[in-house]
Amino acid sequence: MADTSFVRTEMLPEQSPPLTSVGVLGWLRANLFSNLWNTILTVISLAFIGYLLAGLIPWVFQSVWVADSLNECREVMNATWGDTHGHACWAVIRERWLQLTFGFYPSELYWRPILAFVLLFGALAPVLFPWAPRWLLYVTAAYPFLFPWLMWGGTIWAPLMVAAGLAVGYFAHKFVEPILGGLAGMIIAVLAVIVWWLFLVGPLSGVLASIIPIGLEPVESRNFGGFMLSIMIGVVAIGVSLPIGIVLALGRQSDLLIVKAICVGFIEFIRGVPLITLLFVASTLLNIFMPPGTNFDIILRVMIMVTLFAAAYMAEVIRGGLAALPKGQYEGADSLGLDYWQSQRLIIMPQALKISIPGIVSTFIGIFKDTTLVSIIGLLDPLGLSNAIRADAAWNGIYWELFAFIAFLFFIFCFGMSRYSMYLERRLRTDHR
Amino acid sequence: MVEHTHETMVDREIDRSHMQVSDEVAIQITDMNKWYGSFHVLRDIDLTVNRGERIVICGPSGSGKSTLIRCINALEEHQAGSIEVNGTALTSDLKNVDKVRAEVGMVFQHFNLFPHLTVMDNCTLAPIWVRKTPKKEADETAMHYLEKVKIPEQALKYPGQLSGGQQQRVAIARSLCMRPQIMLFDEPTSALDPEMIKEVLDTMISLAEDGMTMLVVTHEMGFARQVANRVIFMDQGQIVEQNEPEEFFNNPKSDRTKLFLSQILGH
Ligand SMILES: Nc1ncnc2c1ncn2[C@@H]1O[C@H](COP(=O)(O)OP(=O)(O)OP(=O)(O)O)[C@@H](O)[C@H]1O
Ligand SMILES: [Mg+2]
Repeated sequence: MADTSFVRTEMLPEQSPPLTSVGVLGWLRANLFSNLWNTILTVISLAFIGYLLAGLIPWVFQSVWVADSLNECREVMNATWGDTHGHACWAVIRERWLQLTFGFYPSELYWRPILAFVLLFGALAPVLFPWAPRWLLYVTAAYPFLFPWLMWGGTIWAPLMVAAGLAVGYFAHKFVEPILGGLAGMIIAVLAVIVWWLFLVGPLSGVLASIIPIGLEPVESRNFGGFMLSIMIGVVAIGVSLPIGIVLALGRQSDLLIVKAICVGFIEFIRGVPLITLLFVASTLLNIFMPPGTNFDIILRVMIMVTLFAAAYMAEVIRGGLAALPKGQYEGADSLGLDYWQSQRLIIMPQALKISIPGIVSTFIGIFKDTTLVSIIGLLDPLGLSNAIRADAAWNGIYWELFAFIAFLFFIFCFGMSRYSMYLERRLRTDHR
Repeated sequence: MVEHTHETMVDREIDRSHMQVSDEVAIQITDMNKWYGSFHVLRDIDLTVNRGERIVICGPSGSGKSTLIRCINALEEHQAGSIEVNGTALTSDLKNVDKVRAEVGMVFQHFNLFPHLTVMDNCTLAPIWVRKTPKKEADETAMHYLEKVKIPEQALKYPGQLSGGQQQRVAIARSLCMRPQIMLFDEPTSALDPEMIKEVLDTMISLAEDGMTMLVVTHEMGFARQVANRVIFMDQGQIVEQNEPEEFFNNPKSDRTKLFLSQILGH
């Protein structure tokens, strides 16, 4: 009979792994040449990548940077490399990059959008990174009022009066709530703010401006353009669509039938209509509904439409996150006596939003790229400007260089968002052992 | 399905000096009925629980045990009859509901801890937001109860980093931080491995020793024998039999109880 009982008397010492499984060699072996098929695929892929780079690298780097027109570019290319089209003419970017960045914003005022852009990071930092100093939150709070003032200029009283609207709402709530109760207090406060903004901000800031005239030189919307415009629309749509999306997602789950119907109707309608259609509505139709004589800024209208569009998608992404939460989380919160808003804010939303991060960021990226659609209704975003540049006789016929430049800048922003979302997911992981 | 056919006995002397049942009524359920759609899940439930009582509820799966104790803190709504907790009637008035929930602690089968918060924050969240306790005081209370359930050293970890038994003890501590007068347990040990069951039962016993009013849905008959002063057997949405544990186990009256006990105790 075989001896089945066994007792180990000494433990085996740790050994280093065989050389062929570690280091560069091991990695290559495991990932690229593990068997015949894998080796063949690796060789074919390398050949393909090599072929692409052989065309691309000369195009990008053996290129013309100094020229006044496409024809001049071609002459330089012919003189240097012979009769070939395989070289880029970056001269157009060199000549027009300011325009691609700022549109027709007056060049002596460039400091304003640049300052707004720098402050944007100051405003975002405390929201995005836990290590950012907390006092930056003041910048965050002031930014929504500061940003339009820097961009459009005009009297300082306008943004101050808009900000004062929040105080009006607060006091309205404070006085009405003890008399009429919570819900009525909310409604009246919101109404007070809307009335203040629509009817009182204009006259009041006009009066104040005539008494104490402090302001920036106004810039008209039709001068806005380039990446500045894309970033403006993108940032507003991204920043505002998230809270609206949260509210819509909660409304869609609500027990209140009317609230639910409104939210579902809104989401399904907006998602069922192409963004282009909404933009056309913004550029033409909306004026029909406005009282005659009102001047409702075109960029503002576009921002509202893009925001609503993004919010509808955001709502569905967040609803996905809500649906993924186990019912036990709601019950845990309820059993401790937290009320609806407390449990949403402290328990449900933090987890639902965390689950939805990939979807939320995808929506953000999609929206940011969709801002290029505004060129169709005549706004001069980078794509619109590239058409304008081609309309110039000097640059007629230049496509690749402009598109490559625009694509490159969009890629930087979108890639940045994507990396941030991965960082955020890693930071919020709490299930590591 | 009955999860455990063995009896986990906690082998220590139980200190009964504080385990007195007072005459004061903690929970009064009268003629309570509940339906899920047209399914009559709870029928004519009458139950009075005095302060300091430790009641174990058992019965076959689907008999409505969870539904019954979930009605007590209004996680489920009842459609007929009345439930009064600490003198507050559970009606559709949300103020009453929130009041009762803050006074009644609940421990779930699957813990329902908040995974995005540390153990400490799990424990201090409700005191801070519901009771408006200052943070420092809430922290001290949380530490006190984490010590009571014997895991103060885990305070800064996240629930996902703890074992099942530790998580359930955190859940108990989290409830206790609200200083509830009544604790409800819905199969607190049935998602746990056998060696962790004991540590959770031990915690529950020490709660009972402090005189807590407890309603426990469990199949741990050892716990029922050692701690309960009343065992309730439910079947098909009704209370079929209730008695002191000795009588209940040694001398069951109804046939259904006998059948259930023979299955669960493996006789
Ligand atoms: N939300 C619900 N909707 C419809 N029916 C439900 C719902 N929750 C429970 N039920 C049904 O009500 C009955 C009682 O359920 P309950 O969860 O109270 O049983 P239980 O005694 O706790 O069983 P278990 O031992 O399996 O936990 C079951 O038949 C169940 O299918
Ligand atoms: Mg149950």
